[in-house]
Amino acid sequence: MTAAAIAREVGAQLAKADSAGLNATLHWSTECLEAEARRVDGMNTPGALHALPIAVKDNIVTIEEPTTCGSRILEGYLSPYTATAVRRLRAAGAMVACKANLDEFAMGSSTEHSAYGRVKNPLAHDRVPGGSSGGSAALVAADVVPAALGSETGGSVRQPASFCGVVGVKPTYGRVSRYGLVAFGSSLDCISVFGKTVDEATRVLAVMSGPDPLDATTVDRPPMKPAPAMASLQGLKVGLPREYFPTDLHPGVRAGLDRTVAVLRDLGATVSEVSLPHSKYAVPTYYIIAPAEAAANLARYDGVRYGVRKVGPEGNIGALYRATRGSGFGAEVRRRILIGTYVLSAGYYDAYYRKAQTVRALIAQDFQRVLGSNGVDLLLTPTTPTPAFKAGEKTEDPVQMYLADIFVCAISLAGLPALSLPVGRDQGLPIGAQLIAAAFDEPRLLAVAGLLERSLHGTEEVR
Amino acid sequence: MSWETVIGLEVHVQLLTRSKMFCGCSTAFGDPPNTNVCPVCLGLPGALPVPNARAIRLATRAALALGCTVNGRSVFARKNYFYPDLPKGYQISQFDQPLAIHGGLEFESPERGRMRCGITRLHVEEDAGKSLHDRFPGKTAVDLNRAGVPLAEIVSEPDLRSPAEARVYLTTLKQILMYAEVSDCSMEQGSLRVDANISIRKAGDSTLGTKSEVKNLNSFANVERALTAERDRQIGLVESGQRITQSTLLFNAGTGQVRLLRSKEESHDYRYFPDPDLPPLVLSKEWIEEQGAALPELPDAKRERLVMAYGLSLEHARVIAADRAFANYFEAVVAAGAESQAAANWVMGDALAGYNAIGRFAVAPARLAELTQLVAKNKVSQQAAKRVFASDELADPSTASTLAVAEKLGLTQVSDTGALGGWVDEVLTAFPKEVERYRAGETKLIAFFVGQVMKRSQGKADPKGVQPVLAEKLNAVKK
Repeated sequence: MTAAAIAREVGAQLAKADSAGLNATLHWSTECLEAEARRVDGMNTPGALHALPIAVKDNIVTIEEPTTCGSRILEGYLSPYTATAVRRLRAAGAMVACKANLDEFAMGSSTEHSAYGRVKNPLAHDRVPGGSSGGSAALVAADVVPAALGSETGGSVRQPASFCGVVGVKPTYGRVSRYGLVAFGSSLDCISVFGKTVDEATRVLAVMSGPDPLDATTVDRPPMKPAPAMASLQGLKVGLPREYFPTDLHPGVRAGLDRTVAVLRDLGATVSEVSLPHSKYAVPTYYIIAPAEAAANLARYDGVRYGVRKVGPEGNIGALYRATRGSGFGAEVRRRILIGTYVLSAGYYDAYYRKAQTVRALIAQDFQRVLGSNGVDLLLTPTTPTPAFKAGEKTEDPVQMYLADIFVCAISLAGLPALSLPVGRDQGLPIGAQLIAAAFDEPRLLAVAGLLERSLHGTEEVR
Repeated sequence: MSWETVIGLEVHVQLLTRSKMFCGCSTAFGDPPNTNVCPVCLGLPGALPVPNARAIRLATRAALALGCTVNGRSVFARKNYFYPDLPKGYQISQFDQPLAIHGGLEFESPERGRMRCGITRLHVEEDAGKSLHDRFPGKTAVDLNRAGVPLAEIVSEPDLRSPAEARVYLTTLKQILMYAEVSDCSMEQGSLRVDANISIRKAGDSTLGTKSEVKNLNSFANVERALTAERDRQIGLVESGQRITQSTLLFNAGTGQVRLLRSKEESHDYRYFPDPDLPPLVLSKEWIEEQGAALPELPDAKRERLVMAYGLSLEHARVIAADRAFANYFEAVVAAGAESQAAANWVMGDALAGYNAIGRFAVAPARLAELTQLVAKNKVSQQAAKRVFASDELADPSTASTLAVAEKLGLTQVSDTGALGGWVDEVLTAFPKEVERYRAGETKLIAFFVGQVMKRSQGKADPKGVQPVLAEKLNAVKK
């Protein structure tokens, strides 16, 4: 099949998804798709991702389409450069299919906080797709694209992958360049990937990974090399952190995890209980560090150089800032800017930000202790406490919304690679299991997930 | 009541890099507005900073030249505030873990003699852009060419006790930074900027008074003027029973007065925190040592060596060591064969005047060395030598010999008694009355005759040779 033919098919699928009211896309056009196809069909040698259509979360900059971050303040904003990750995908033959909807500036767990409307879960339209990369997850789940880029700050790919029944992989912090990913919490942000299967996610991640001279936080290691497919898990040690299996865990989620443990054992893995005692502080720690960084990262949206500008009644610079930012940012973004400003203020820094950094180190130490030579190879946990919740269910209660990320946050704080794999259904809603690995152990993580996927695949409970 | 003035200075110098602190844009001064910009220094969404290795190298050298301890690990921090010429809404700086600490500067205080002013810290940061308030009526324009230009901020201890002392500190600091080739220290182009903190206290008190910060100081002379004005204002306030409130002031060079910019209540809470986009800056001990080894000889050492090796007076050594270019030129002239004091006199005199006029030494060191030798051998008079030195011919790089130039210009000195005798005869014939007076015993007229001979010879006569010929002829007739 030519890239042109694939691009036409993707265009048809995008149109179908839009008319079904998923609201998963923010920008796409047949012209852009055709241009992508022409570029790929004109390549001398087909790349590793030849003609693979990929949806890109709208907080990753591309020059062809606007990058709005789901915010009014960047309405119509066109970036003069393209993100490193997207450039690498394109060079490998991938085609950008569309820019996907998201929670404003990636702040949210349900993709209900987009200034351009909420995204529907393709499996149950009254449910959320998770967030903040809900548009990307929904497009993969609805079979519009086989893979999509999202971004993670505290679970924004794994959690929607779980809610939408697709694979979501967050790499080790520093594995993929952030250059061109609009910053939210810079010490946590990772461009991450959705795949219909582990295979697509692995291939996309391999191409994107590797050091980038434009991002000083990328780690100087060669790009990720996928491991060969596994046939058995003989010798693999898997830990179940007891803090991630509370007694009130949703029964459907528990059933999915039980089934996963059984398959792991069948495949030869040893499964044992471990403890990550500081993970219970992950959500409050995250909600200090991420907003602190966000408050600084979002200061640049001031109406002076680009984006939307509102002048304000007094006509001075203070009024311009107030009017632009007051109307340009949604409620959740404003809330986090206020939290972030507060925790860094004189007199509060030690009590909040400094303490949060201390706790973050303790959380990371827990993982270092259980993963590695003296511990287990991988950790298995639920990705989310429940299957996808109903739209509107948590929007009035930010703390309940934040707790949707209770099983994914700690991994982000520790900077580790992790993925969410569909392992079952509960009343038609997908259940995701999370596998966590030591830093830069993605090849094994993905190979194990691939074998698990094949072993679970086709069973009534998964699809 | 006797008051003691306490001053500390914060100096920003632009590091001599071709590209900015965190991106590849040019640091060129004076380019059209907003032409040296890119996604990084414009603060566009998704762009990330990458540190400029040369800026770190230069800042490290500056720190070592100022006797600082360079930290093996320092941390970039975000300084948060809103301003239209600050593209990201924060400045990348360093805060609680700066590049270098605990340095000091030694110099001659006009009041206290040799002294040392401590340097608290030196850190690297990026510059903001420039707000232009006078370009469009009623509007402020922003030029971001300067945004992201690398700076070193050098903070002194409050060790200075007078405005004049502050000025000497600055002169010394600038000299060292220019020696170390870390900055061109041009206040006109904004590559050296000074903020001054000043307070007063009763003489003998050990606690510090309430300080004010004076900004907008565009020359060292104005630093001294502004600090004098602010010291007098503070003393006036306290002596009239008022309190000093912590504030930031702007100096107006036109009126010589300071005016309030903001009081402490309006001061910013910068909410510093480590910049998550930049890993901690880790410098190995070996690398830091290499930077120290790469430093050139600094002014103090240079002065001492000029005294010891060349026998110059301390005062002469000070003038010649004021600029590395002077000292290098001086040493080259001596190396080419000039006697050191003669070389020093030339370098401090005509050569320095020429340097100040055109920004370089026009005459090659070898030519100047030859010129000093011609003077020493009475081949060229001191007067004529100045004309030889100033001639275009001597400055011509293709000129191979100073003697040839002096001869071509007709400025070689005549000491042949025969030739001198001709001029002497002419003079004695032209001034018979003076000859009579001389013979009557008015011998001091000898100087007049020498002058006349010099005049008649158009400066070519060797004055030392003229005198015996004159004396002989005058005395011979007398007999």
